[in-house]
Amino acid sequence: MTYVGTAETWATIIAVAGTAVAGDVLTAGAMRSIGDLDEIRAVSGMTGAIKAVVSSPIFLLGVLSMAASFFTLLFTLSNVDLSLAAPASASLTFMGNAIAAKIFLKENVDRRRWLAALFVCAGVALLAH
Amino acid sequence: MKHTLTPERWLLLVAVMLTASVGDTLLSHGMAQVGPVSLAHLGLLFFAMKNPWVITGILCLLGFFASYLTALSWADLTFVLPSTAFGYVVVALLSKFWLHEQISIYRWLGILFIVCGVGFVANGPSRTEHADHPGVELDRLV
Repeated sequence: MTYVGTAETWATIIAVAGTAVAGDVLTAGAMRSIGDLDEIRAVSGMTGAIKAVVSSPIFLLGVLSMAASFFTLLFTLSNVDLSLAAPASASLTFMGNAIAAKIFLKENVDRRRWLAALFVCAGVALLAH
Repeated sequence: MKHTLTPERWLLLVAVMLTASVGDTLLSHGMAQVGPVSLAHLGLLFFAMKNPWVITGILCLLGFFASYLTALSWADLTFVLPSTAFGYVVVALLSKFWLHEQISIYRWLGILFIVCGVGFVANGPSRTEHADHPGVELDRLV
C-alpha cells in the first residue's frame, strides 16, 4: 500500500518520531515540574490535578507537539504500510527519547536504560518482519 | 532514588501499555477504512474523525494519555516508555492465541528483545532524583 517514494516515506516517519520525541520530553518535563499527581489529587481533587496540568505552558507545548505527531502519523499511515511506519517511527522515537531525556531532562540514563532502549528498538524493528 | 512501586502504580503502567496498543490498533483499522490521505486532500483527516473505529481509538488513546501523564509525574520518561513498548508484545500474543495468526521467528525474536528491554528498566529505579528544581532545563526554554 506504499503510495509515495522512499525519501518521502522516511521524511514522514522522521517527522512522526521528531515531533513525538519533542512531545514526550516536554510533557515529561512539565509533569516533573508539577509534581506527583496522586498527591495533588489527594489534596485538591481531580479538578485541582487537571487544573495543575493544563495551566503548565510546557505541557501545552508538549501537547501541541503530540498533536502534530498524531496528524503526521495519520498522514503517514494512509500512505505507507503500517508494518513499516509504526515500528520504524516507534524505534526512532525510543532512541530519540533516551538521548533527549538525558540531555534535556537530565535523567540518569545508565547502561541498563541504554540497553533497554536498544533492545526495545531492535525488538520493535523485528516485529515488522 | 525510589526502587519500588506500589501495586497501584504497576497497575497504572499496565493501563498505559494496554490502552496505547489497543488505541493504535483501532486507529489503524479505522484509517484503513478511510483510505489514503494525500497532501492535497488533508481535509480527509477531519472526515476520518467521523469514523467510529477512529473515534473509539481516540477515546482509548485519551485514557492512555491520562494514565501516561500520571505515570510521568512519579517516574522517569526512560522508565515509562519501555512499558508502552510491552503493548506490542500483548498485541502479538493476542493475534497468536486469539486470532490464531502465524507469528514468524523474527516476531518471536522481537518479542524476546522487548521483554528483555522492559526487564532491564523494571528492575532499576523508576526515578532520577534531582537536588535542584526539577524540570529546570525546560523552564529555561519556554
